[in-house]
Formats: sequence, C-alpha cells, structure tokens
Amino acid sequence: MTMVPLRLCVRRSDPSHPLGTDDAILMTVTVPSELDVVEHTVDIVSRHCLACGLSLKAVRFNLRVALSEALANAIVYGNRLDPAKSVHVALRELDRGVEVYVQDQGQGFDPNCIPDPTGPDCIERPAGRGLFLIKELVDDLAFNEEGNSICMTLHRA
Amino acid sequence: MTFTVSNAPNGVVIVSVDGQLIVANRNELKDKVLDALESNESKFVLDFSSTGYIDSSGLGVLVSVSKKIREAGGDLRLAGLNEDLRMLFELTKLDTLFKICDATDEALDSF
Repeated sequence: MTMVPLRLCVRRSDPSHPLGTDDAILMTVTVPSELDVVEHTVDIVSRHCLACGLSLKAVRFNLRVALSEALANAIVYGNRLDPAKSVHVALRELDRGVEVYVQDQGQGFDPNCIPDPTGPDCIERPAGRGLFLIKELVDDLAFNEEGNSICMTLHRA
Repeated sequence: MTFTVSNAPNGVVIVSVDGQLIVANRNELKDKVLDALESNESKFVLDFSSTGYIDSSGLGVLVSVSKKIREAGGDLRLAGLNEDLRMLFELTKLDTLFKICDATDEALDSF
C-alpha cells in the first residue's frame, strides 16, 4: 500500500495553511497533487463530518461523491498533477452543518461556463459531470473570485 | 485485480468491476472492453455487484465504451448497481442512456 504524504492538522489554527487561520476551522489537510490521496483524504474528512453530526447517508454518499470530485478536479484540472503544487482542504463546523473547502494552486476557472452534462448535446460526452454532481449533492456551493477554491455546505438532517 | 473478464455460455463477455471505477483505473476497463471488441466480441455485461464507487470519470468511460460497442454493432448491459450507484446514474440522467438490469443473470437473459 502506498504511503501518502498528507499533512493533517486537527482543532488548532495552522498559520501556514491558506484556509487554517480561522478559529472556526476544525481541521485542515494538505495533500500532494496525486490521485492516490483522494480516498484517504475523503476518509479523514468523513470521520470528522460524522463527529459533527452529519447523517451516515449524507457522509457516505453526498460528502464522499462531492469531495472526491472536488479533489480530483483540483488535482487534475487545477494543479494539473504538478508535484510542486498542493491541494488544501479545510472543514468548518456551522450551527446547521459543515462547510468543506478545497483549494488548489491553479489558475482557477469560471464555474458558470460548465455546460449541463444532462442536456442532449452533452449526455454522451465522456467528461464534465464532476461539478454537476457536486451541485446536485451539497446544500450550498460557492467559489472564490479566482475560481480555484470551492466551498461545499452540507446540512445536518 | 479490479477488473475480471469472463465469458458466459451464450457468448456474452462479462466484465466484473471489483472495488471502484475511478479516474485512476478507468482506462484499464476501457482497454479490456476494446480488446474484446477487437477480438470480435459484441455483447457485454458490466457487472457492478462488487463495486463500491464510480466517480464522474468512471461514468465518462462507461459512456465512451458504450459508444464504441454501439458503433461496432454490439450491445451493452449494466448490472448489479447498488442504491448509491443507481442514484449517480439517475442524477446524471445516464439511466436513460444505458440498459440497466438488477442482476447479471437478468442481463445475460436480456440479449
């Protein structure tokens, strides 16, 4: 089994992390731009989301799919698999649920330019479903201005 | 092994996906189906009864191999999708593109 060099910080601010200086952040994870880290990172964040009171169904399906897609997008399209670049993940607990941030070190993109993959012109395209699935499975979704950081909100049931 | 290829008595190729179909291994599935098409196989069942997760790249490769099989005059069934995986197909409306059966036996009988 490959050992994945994750940098995990739980329940303390991490000034070196772009998302970790906010006291409300429960945890941060910094991962390399390698697809092997996706499953492990999702497992770590999932455990914290369960501890925050999200339902097993929401964590097992909605969070898993949305976070896996966000990480893969950040690694492949954001950082373009550049080993010199990292992906930063942070989890914030809210009164009604959690916010999960995924930020890459790429140029960013305009999320409004992604066509609906369920339309008749796109249904047979081999790509372009990741962001659509995220939108479908989280309660709220936001991007930073640069388009290289996504914030996914999931509510408790 | 993630993908296992076997041949049913009625000439159908069954490709079983064990674990996950994701960006990291999707091309392996594509290669197995294309190899079988080159060997003049035309009927395929993709068996997901031991599959825990399919990501959007995995869905994409299914769309891609489906098109290749259709262009070669063949036919494809998907079988054994669990509740979560079926939900992914429904959300992306790919359930309208594929012939989906509950179980592999049902898929084999449907040719």
